[in-house]
Amino acid sequence: MASRLSWWAIRGPMSRGAYLALVGAGFGTFLAAWWGLAAGGLVDPVFLPSPDAVARRAVRWAAQEDLLADLKISIRRVLSGFALAAAMAVPLGVYIGSFRPVQAFFEPLMEFARYLPAVAFVPLVMLWVGIGEAAKVALIFIGTYFQMVLMVSDNVRQVPVAQIEAAQTLGATRGELIALVVFKSALPDILDTLRVTLGWAWTYLVVAELVAANSGLGYAILRAQRFLQTDKIFVGILLIGLLGLLMDQGLRLMHRRAFPWLHTR
Amino acid sequence: MNTAPALIRIAALEKTYPGQALPALQAVDLDVGQGEFLALVGASGCGKSTLLRLMAGLESPTRGSIRLDGAPVTGPGPDRAVVFQDYSLYPWLTVLENVRFCRRLRVHTGEASASQAAAAVERAYALLDVMGLDAVRNHYPNQLSGGMRQRVAIARALMAQPRVLLMDEPFGALDAQTREVMHELILRLFEIERSTIVFVTHDVEEAVYLASRIVILAPHPGRIDGIHVPDLPPPGDRHPDLKLAPALLHWKKIVLDRIRATSGVRHDLDKLERLAELSRRRHAP
Repeated sequence: MASRLSWWAIRGPMSRGAYLALVGAGFGTFLAAWWGLAAGGLVDPVFLPSPDAVARRAVRWAAQEDLLADLKISIRRVLSGFALAAAMAVPLGVYIGSFRPVQAFFEPLMEFARYLPAVAFVPLVMLWVGIGEAAKVALIFIGTYFQMVLMVSDNVRQVPVAQIEAAQTLGATRGELIALVVFKSALPDILDTLRVTLGWAWTYLVVAELVAANSGLGYAILRAQRFLQTDKIFVGILLIGLLGLLMDQGLRLMHRRAFPWLHTR
Repeated sequence: MNTAPALIRIAALEKTYPGQALPALQAVDLDVGQGEFLALVGASGCGKSTLLRLMAGLESPTRGSIRLDGAPVTGPGPDRAVVFQDYSLYPWLTVLENVRFCRRLRVHTGEASASQAAAAVERAYALLDVMGLDAVRNHYPNQLSGGMRQRVAIARALMAQPRVLLMDEPFGALDAQTREVMHELILRLFEIERSTIVFVTHDVEEAVYLASRIVILAPHPGRIDGIHVPDLPPPGDRHPDLKLAPALLHWKKIVLDRIRATSGVRHDLDKLERLAELSRRRHAP
């Protein structure tokens, strides 16, 4: 009884086994509810296909309809758009967070730009760079870049002043301060920022593929809708969720590996 | 007492922060002698930390000058290492890497020969040894206690071989027992390294026990109230028993009385007395 009560202690402890069991229960309940609704005949399978129909469709897509090609092209688009945004956002964010004049010049501009609706850029992007791969990469870039800059500059501003001043009184030059202290100190938070924005990159990928593509997961979803293949839409959505989760976990693992001091006690 | 040549010479120094009516520091004239252990004490708001940060070059004076060996201080530099109260260690570096941090900076490695580099490695290990950090040299700062962390911060500052070590309430966040240990450690280091130390603290006993000269600052506006040279053994010859010796208590009282006289606490006591009077009247039959 005592152990049951402690479950409801705010931020109380919990064993790993119990935690994993509840994770399983969460997914299990969701699947059971889905399956119950679909199998009970309450809902037309056109609206809600059963889990096993979705699984069968996934197998068929993989075996006969070249799922791998769709996956590859989508992943490549997400990663190129995201990498481009990160490569341009991290340095600017570091400078905005470090130098007041750079902050004054860029930050209000970025604050404005992030409220420009990325999706509404689709027609412009098509006009500017056509409907090729560049269009998808550009949309993902527009959707993630400005937020990324602002979040990275915030990460940099969180670096304790004492860390910077200690290096100054040891004789560090401005360049050394940025490279050896500010960037290093903010790096774990910057990686977290990238992890969060990677999720958004997936959102903009689907937008890009829904409006202007003839390959990829988003396009497959759009085409499935035309043929009323609801099960295929489900497969596409679930796959994107799964890929996002995998990449997120990958970045978390990287965080643990790269920053051992944050994970030791 | 202060016959040593002045290492730092402060003249007619004033610091006023933008938007503040009263200067944080006003008309400060002070010499810090070579090899001296100088303590800066005073009520809160007296500008003792500001004075230390001005010496470090982390703030710039509004008027007046600070010279180190005759050269004006224009910014922070490796000849004036600072030990902060907390949060100054690099959590991504191990203890050894933190201590050796200055060796990553060009100013310390610029014209270094192989033998100089070897000497620096030896010095790092010797410092770790003296500081009792040998066993934890591959630990990260967050695995250490507060006292251990401050040892790393001191070792890192000493590694740069500064002309003067500036310490800004370095033991302020430590518990009383740890602070005692750190007092002995800093006195031994002062002796071994023949450093010049400027030490800011709000703990009067700490100031009297450690320093050879005590500067009392007064607030509103921040200024030097007086400079005292207690007739105690030189810092290198002091031992914990001294903390209870009449001579030390005598000086502690002198310093405390001055701080109280300048802090405005008297004013607060008057208010308390008024409150007590009201309370007496309420309870009167």
